[in-house]
Amino acid sequence: MKIIVCIKQVPDTTEVRIDPVKGTLIREGVPSIMNPDDKAGLEAALRLKDELGAHVTVISMGPRQADTVLREALAMGADAAYLLTDPAFSGADTWATSSTLAAAIGKLDYDLIITGRQAIDGDTAQVGPEIAEHLGIPHISYCRDLKIEGDEIVVKRQFEDRYQILSAKLPALITALGEMNHPRYMTPGGIFDAYREKEVVIWSRNEVPVADGNIGLKGSPTRVVKTNPKMLKQPGTVIEAGVEESVQYVMAKLKEKYIL
Amino acid sequence: MDFNLSKEHLMAQQLFHDFAVNEVEPWAEQTDEEHRFPWEVVREMQKYGFMGIPFPKSVGGQGCDTLTYVLAVEEISKVCATTGVILSAHTSLAADAIFMHGTDQQKEQYLCPLAEGKKLGSFALTEAEAGTDAAGQQTKAVLDGEEWLINGSKIFITNAEVADIYIVFAMTDKAQGTRGISAFIIEKGTPGFSFGPPEKKLGIRGSSTCELIFENVRIPKDNLLGREGKGFGIAMSTLDGGRIGIAAQALGIAEGALEKTIRYVKERKQFKTPIAKFQNTQFSLAEMKTEIEASRWLVYNAAIKKDTSKSFSNEAAIAKLKASKVAGDVTRECVQLHGGYGYIQAFHVERMMRDAKITEIYEGTSEVMKMVISGNLLK
Amino acid sequence: MSIKEKAVFVFADQVDNQITPVSFELIGKARDLAEQLGSEVVALLLGFQVADLTNELIAYGAQKVILADHAELEHYRTEPYTQVVAQVIEKYQPEIVLFGATSIGRDLAPRVAGRVHTGLTADCTSLEIEEGTDRFLMTRPAFGGNLLATIVCPDHRPAMATVRPGVMIKREPDESAIGEVINFDGLITENNMFTIIHDVLKRGLSKHDIQDARIIVSGGRGMKNAEGFAMLKELADVLGGEVGSSRAAVDAGWEDKSKQVGQTGKTVRPNLYIACGISGAIQHLAGMEESDLIIAINNDPTAPIFHVADVGIVGDALKIVPKLTEAIRSERAQL
Repeated sequence: MKIIVCIKQVPDTTEVRIDPVKGTLIREGVPSIMNPDDKAGLEAALRLKDELGAHVTVISMGPRQADTVLREALAMGADAAYLLTDPAFSGADTWATSSTLAAAIGKLDYDLIITGRQAIDGDTAQVGPEIAEHLGIPHISYCRDLKIEGDEIVVKRQFEDRYQILSAKLPALITALGEMNHPRYMTPGGIFDAYREKEVVIWSRNEVPVADGNIGLKGSPTRVVKTNPKMLKQPGTVIEAGVEESVQYVMAKLKEKYIL
Repeated sequence: MDFNLSKEHLMAQQLFHDFAVNEVEPWAEQTDEEHRFPWEVVREMQKYGFMGIPFPKSVGGQGCDTLTYVLAVEEISKVCATTGVILSAHTSLAADAIFMHGTDQQKEQYLCPLAEGKKLGSFALTEAEAGTDAAGQQTKAVLDGEEWLINGSKIFITNAEVADIYIVFAMTDKAQGTRGISAFIIEKGTPGFSFGPPEKKLGIRGSSTCELIFENVRIPKDNLLGREGKGFGIAMSTLDGGRIGIAAQALGIAEGALEKTIRYVKERKQFKTPIAKFQNTQFSLAEMKTEIEASRWLVYNAAIKKDTSKSFSNEAAIAKLKASKVAGDVTRECVQLHGGYGYIQAFHVERMMRDAKITEIYEGTSEVMKMVISGNLLK
Repeated sequence: MSIKEKAVFVFADQVDNQITPVSFELIGKARDLAEQLGSEVVALLLGFQVADLTNELIAYGAQKVILADHAELEHYRTEPYTQVVAQVIEKYQPEIVLFGATSIGRDLAPRVAGRVHTGLTADCTSLEIEEGTDRFLMTRPAFGGNLLATIVCPDHRPAMATVRPGVMIKREPDESAIGEVINFDGLITENNMFTIIHDVLKRGLSKHDIQDARIIVSGGRGMKNAEGFAMLKELADVLGGEVGSSRAAVDAGWEDKSKQVGQTGKTVRPNLYIACGISGAIQHLAGMEESDLIIAINNDPTAPIFHVADVGIVGDALKIVPKLTEAIRSERAQL
């Protein structure tokens, strides 16, 4: 069984702060981490490796520094790693990202592809299903649990109020929910091996068989035209009124914020 | 000369940091308050290979180095010094003694399970009448046919009740003084081997500390570690390594206390101003940071020397002397900056202050460190 | 039957033959967009034996409904739904297609975007047609919600977006509205991408870990006693949230330690944090000040909790909490 896990290096958005004076994002000093849903996906793959002896390959598209998350995956137990990195790939939206990843994956052998549900810097949840579409294989998203039965994968797929137990023929792609497991830690020896014994294979533009029109900014149907920091937190208002008025005030706020 | 950690060391440091915050810190308060050995945490450390970091894979270790091990003790001690010393005593006293002095058979039988995290190790040298004067050993070992017969007791032993494998020192020839001391490997459960009641301590309260009692304990002849009469040297060289672990523990305690204090002074307001805005606070933080950085490089230097030089005894003593002093000074100052909140449990720095003290005492007191250092200067 | 150029399509999300409310919200927004484009709103309804739902879509503002009623579409599955939506897009060439950012919409929309080769913007919180240029501007939070990005889809059609539930405003339903229903006449072809549904399990929604809760109602010493503290549970229940606690309330034995928020408890970052009778010692603030919206109710106007609160109410939490619970309950009943 051969499994490919797609991994993204993301800024730890829980560490992002807003400059209280300028109102801009403070990106400096924000650590880069393996996207949490991807990490859960990797853990799911490593459990299949423990159970069935699967071979686990991790792949990422990103700048050279994304090497770190691939080494981390190797240190957790992945067997092989590929990094797609080239200026030609940059500026890609989800469509171009997925077409690039799909083309690279197409060069490898696989029975199962696992991506995270979504990345915490973009939250789009699109790249997984789009990779499956480009490869012409089924996908099941929002995976809470999975098992392999013969030539099929059986997935517990999460919806708002229910789970479906779904099966798909392999090869297939699933997108993993962060909640599906607690990813293992690396081991110290795994880290040393990841840097000293194992390799992160670099694939640049020419090693990925994909049309120029389907990669990078040029291959992206969408464009970001502007970004604004979220409205700064206004100094709170404190009111001193009777019970009824207070309740009405809170109700109005809850509606204003769409909580009601 | 490069003062930067390598990529693998940085990633290991991140691993230990994450592990400490997520797995160790949640137990730290309870560990201290209930004098409870943190088994939940130790089991996790065993699972992830933390118990064999500096040893080669051939003996069940992780194939890393002493610096990586030091980073582990440091990060873990930032949040829980008890857990730090459990790891340190196991690794650099028990396992390392066998690694350095054991036969292939002993490594296979005893070091592998220690390094693989299947068993826990302990090291027993101190006796009621033999502290710094380790030569005053009263525990005796007599060869009786194919077995050693051991009688006596050891006190203040770390990982005492919880360990499986013990390195125990005993007199094999009283007349020879230090040259009459030998080292032995003793397993828990050997008839005649029992424990005294647990000690109640000022700090590192969750660490298991008690007396080991040997009453006609018989162990196989092959459980002699190193040669007969070489025990004192084994003890001293093992303690040299142990001191690096304790220095890392002290460094971690100081850093942990400083981190908590930085967070506190930014939030705590007096006179409508965060106390971090006061120069007294700022200068105090600056001095603590400077002292901590000085200890850090002494500790890392000693760790690197252990792997690369013939002798690291002096470096280890200097690192421990400095780092333990800094841990004491920094934690006391951190309590002071916390004011009344520093004196209560919920803010953790009082625990760190209590934990710090032991680093100036065990595995050689600060006075012993000075003897080692000055001895090297005057030889 | 024809559909106007530059139409705005809305995928009508239905589960168990009930239309998900976000679909009506999208139709409301789509009407605004379609008017600016001089076109119309078409709802796209997929399911099995769902024909009678078309009236509802029309009442909420859909001018036309494309209905694909087929046994293969009874329960949502990615591939047959994708086949239908992609065929409809190919045939009618809409300008815009909107989906709810539900677990169906967020699964289907990317698969469709991949197939018809167009751009998709996820989880939008604002959609508008730019005056003068007629550019379709889609705005969404990014970077963990710290940033708002405005996105366009210049050269590919349709522009597609998923939209968060609760953001757009639905219209008042007009039962007398008339709209056309067009039956989907394409094919659903079984292939390797079909999945099989073996079972459906109910998902227990009560999440008890406060760190996962989106809404937390937390109480402190100001709740006076265990009975006072118990009121918080009712408020949390009507809001679909969890109860949290200050250290004082845990020490008093009113709440379990696992619910404690603060430096010695848990750090939480819910969408809404209501602090009742909590003065706001710094160890408590450290655990909750990152919450999106903080409402504090405390009778001491100088309580530090008001420094971090977005909405501060000076008053007796014991009196306000039950009234607030009642008000929310009756509001919910109207919906």
